[in-house]
Amino acid sequence: MNLTTTKTRLKGAETGHSLLKRKSEALTTRFRAIVRKIEDAKLKMGKVMQNASFSLAEVAYITGDISYQVRESAKHATFRVSAKQENVSGVLLPAFERDTRTGGGSQFELTGLGRGGQQIQKARAVYMTAVEMLVELASLQTAFVILDEVIKLTNRRVNAIEYVIIPRIENTISYINSELDEQDREEFYRLKKIQGKKKERAAVAQRETDAKATARREMPVRDILAEQVDEDIIF
Amino acid sequence: MAQAAHKDRTLIAAIGDEDTVTGLLLAGIGDIDSHQRPNFLVVDSKTTQATIEEEFTSFTQRKDIAIILINQHIADEMRGILDEYSAAFPTVLEIPSKDHPYDPSKDSVLKRVQLLLGD
Repeated sequence: MNLTTTKTRLKGAETGHSLLKRKSEALTTRFRAIVRKIEDAKLKMGKVMQNASFSLAEVAYITGDISYQVRESAKHATFRVSAKQENVSGVLLPAFERDTRTGGGSQFELTGLGRGGQQIQKARAVYMTAVEMLVELASLQTAFVILDEVIKLTNRRVNAIEYVIIPRIENTISYINSELDEQDREEFYRLKKIQGKKKERAAVAQRETDAKATARREMPVRDILAEQVDEDIIF
Repeated sequence: MAQAAHKDRTLIAAIGDEDTVTGLLLAGIGDIDSHQRPNFLVVDSKTTQATIEEEFTSFTQRKDIAIILINQHIADEMRGILDEYSAAFPTVLEIPSKDHPYDPSKDSVLKRVQLLLGD
């Protein structure tokens, strides 16, 4: 009874193990792809940001310092992100993307109205693409962090099943088996013993009857006539 | 559950020098919430490290920020905090600044990447 249950459990553990292993492999593949992408994107980001800084330097050259103006006019973010989710073997990976609902906005339309407006708009466009790239990179990085965590977790589970749960179940099975064998042997021995006892008893009984029989045979036949001594009857 | 956790995160926060922050604000990431807290911090030579760290921690604790952009040379000064920070949200992204070219070997995420690939 218990053996069957334990065997089923072992089978379950093995199935789970292979499934988890496959999941971990799928995640690792994905992880490697992301890692490679991150590396590329990070290096590309260096160039993009350099470009953006240069365009801002152009603005500064033509318009003068606009940083205070820009900082003071910042009230509500027009550039927002929204997160959508992607499912990789049961793991939800968030991916940020630029929220299009809020639109481009016209926050800084009047900045640099006097001069350099064109440069400012250009710098703005450059920075927007740069930020878009950063957002992309950020989502890659988030995916990286989450995947890293999940892969570690999955590998831990795989190892736990492989090195702890399965051996434990196997131990239980071998214990049950040995115990059953023991029981078998005991039962067999018991039967043998009983058989022996029965035989002995039968032999004793046989001997007794035999003895009785011989005794009976050897017992002198009673002479009934001799036993009774009748008085002579005189008529 | 996880969906709700990052559905509201729509903002991009920035910690950086004046030029970087100005550029990012030009792109339209700037936001001042109802408590009059901006989502950006301009770091200059007078800004103390304690202020930066405090601001960074408060950004990480805000529920509406999805990404934190931080200049690499500023990140370098609080490398310990950044290396310890491992949560998925908000994502911390190190960006180069005008005066400090990007050094991939210092990035705490790239370091992990290289650690994983460098076998």
